[in-house]
Amino acid sequence: MEYEIVIGMEIHVELGTKSKIFCSCPTEFGAEENTHTCPVCLGMPGVLPVLNEKVVEYATRAGLALGCEIAHYSKMDRKNYFYPDLPKAYQTSQFDLPICNGGVIEIEVDGIKKDVGITRIHIEEDAGKLLHESVDGTLVDVNRCGVPLIEIVSEPDMSSAEEARAFGEKVRNILEYTGVSDCKMQEGSMRFDVNLSMREKGATVLGTRTEMKNLNSFRALIRAVHYESKRQIIELKKGHVITQETRKWDDTKGTSSSLRSKEEAHDYRYFPEPDLVPIVIEADYIAKIKAALPELPEAKKQRYMDEYKLPEYDAGVLTATGILANFFEEAVGLYNEPKQISNWLMVEIPPLLKEKELCMENISITPLMLTELLKLVKDDTISGTSGKEVLKEMFSTGKNPGDIVKDKGLAQMSDTTELEAIIEKIVAANPKSVEDIGAGSDKAYGFLTGQVMKATKGQANPQVANEIIRAVVAKHLG
Amino acid sequence: MSLTREDVTYVANLARLEFSDDEVTALADQLGAVLDYAQTLSELDTSQVKATEHVLAMKNVFREDVVKPCLTNEEALANAPESEAGCFKVPRVME
Repeated sequence: MEYEIVIGMEIHVELGTKSKIFCSCPTEFGAEENTHTCPVCLGMPGVLPVLNEKVVEYATRAGLALGCEIAHYSKMDRKNYFYPDLPKAYQTSQFDLPICNGGVIEIEVDGIKKDVGITRIHIEEDAGKLLHESVDGTLVDVNRCGVPLIEIVSEPDMSSAEEARAFGEKVRNILEYTGVSDCKMQEGSMRFDVNLSMREKGATVLGTRTEMKNLNSFRALIRAVHYESKRQIIELKKGHVITQETRKWDDTKGTSSSLRSKEEAHDYRYFPEPDLVPIVIEADYIAKIKAALPELPEAKKQRYMDEYKLPEYDAGVLTATGILANFFEEAVGLYNEPKQISNWLMVEIPPLLKEKELCMENISITPLMLTELLKLVKDDTISGTSGKEVLKEMFSTGKNPGDIVKDKGLAQMSDTTELEAIIEKIVAANPKSVEDIGAGSDKAYGFLTGQVMKATKGQANPQVANEIIRAVVAKHLG
Repeated sequence: MSLTREDVTYVANLARLEFSDDEVTALADQLGAVLDYAQTLSELDTSQVKATEHVLAMKNVFREDVVKPCLTNEEALANAPESEAGCFKVPRVME
C-alpha cells in the first residue's frame, strides 16, 4: 500500500511589543532570570490583567497579511493545566472566538504551487522557562510569562516535509514584512507544532495523528516530519494502530518519543476569562490597519519581475526576507543595474555569510559599497575576479571598495603605452608563438595573453591586452 | 444527573488532588447534589438565548504598550517556598 503524509501546523509567534500582553513588564529577550516580572505575570491572587492594545493591532495586522477575516467580536478564555511554567495554572488564550479566521497562503515546492488554508489565529500569552540544571529540582524563570503570542493554526493541507517547511518560511517571511515579530527562531520567537498522520494515497479520510511540539528550527521541522512519517508507516505496515498522542522531538538524537506523562492528561476545561472583557473590532479600524500594511512578499516579487525585469527565481530569492529586499532596492536606487545587483546578492554574498555564520542584517557591506564596487567592475577599473576579492575584503573589513582597490593595487592596467612596452618585450621573447600564429594557430594568442597577465600580475585589462597583442604580432609578422 | 465516582477521580486527577475511597464517595454525593441543583437551570428553554461570554456590558479595555518598572528578583522570589540561582524551585519535572 502506498501512503501519503498529511500535515497540519500550529505556529507560535512572539509579537514584538515592548511590554507583555497583560502587564507592563518588558518583553526583551535575554534578561537575568526573574527580573521581568510583576504581580500580574507572577499570577498573584487578586491582580487584574489588562490587554495591551498593540497585541490587538499586531494580531489584526498579521491576520490581514495572511489573508484572514478579522472577527468583529472575540474574547479571551482560560486554558487550564498544571505545569510549573505557568504560575496561574491556566494560560490566558482564545478558545471558540479567536481574533482571526480562515486565511490562505500560497506555497511553492519544486515549481509546484499549492494553497494552504489557515484555520484561525488567536492571541495568547507565552509561558515561562523551565531550567533543569538544579540537582534536586526544576528551576523556573518567569520572564517570558505573559509575552504576547499569536498561534497560527493551518488546515491539514501539507503532504511533505518540504511543504511544511515552505509554509513555515512563507509565514515567517510575511510576518517579518509586517513587522509584528522579529521571527527569530534561535530566540524562540517562532516555534512549530506539527500534526502528522498517514493515509492511503488518494483516501479522503484522515488517519490518527500525532503531535510534535516546539520544533524551533526548519531543520528540526524537516527531520521530525521525515522521522515521524517513517515511524507511522512502519507501525501501520505491522498492522498496528497509531495512538493519538503528543510526541517529543529530540533534535540531538533525531528521534521522537511518546510523552505519556501525567501532564499529558489534557482536558483544558476552557472557560471565558472573567477578568478580561470582549474585544470588538470595527470595520474602520480594520480598514486603517489594512491601508497601512507594507507591500507583501508576493506583490513585491511580482513588482521586481515587472519593474526590474528580473527572472521569477531572482525575484523570489530577493523578496524572501525584508532585509534583503530593502538592500536590493536601495542598491538599485543608487545604480540602475538590477540584474547585476541581483547576481551579486544571490551568488557572491551568501557564501560569505555562510562561512562566517552571519545573516544579512549584520553584514558590513552597505548598498552604496556594493554599487560602488559594481561600477568599478563595469568601467573596467578592476576585473570581475578582482571584484570578488574586493567584495570579500569589504565583507571582512567594512572598507570602501575604492580604498581596497588602491591598497591592494588591484586596478587594471589600461594605460596602453606601458602595456605596449611589456607586450613588445613578451612577443619579442617568444618568436615561436609568433611563428605559430603566422602558421594559422590561434592557440598561441592564449599563451601570449597568459604571459602578459603574469608579467602584469593580472592587472592588465584582458581586452585591451588582447588588442595590443594582436597588433604587435601582426607587426612582427610583417 | 448524578456524579459518578469515576467523574470525581478524573477531575481530581486533573486538579492533582488525591482522595481516599471514602472521600471520593462523599465528594461524589456532595458535588452531585450541587450539580443536580444547578441542573434546575436547564429546565429553561435557552435555545433562543445568546451565550453570555461576559457578564459586564463592556468591551475593549486596553492599556498602552508602555514598559513600567518590574519587581526586583528578590521581591519576585520573596514568597517562594524554595528558590535557587534567582529562580523559583519546584519538584523535578519530567523532561
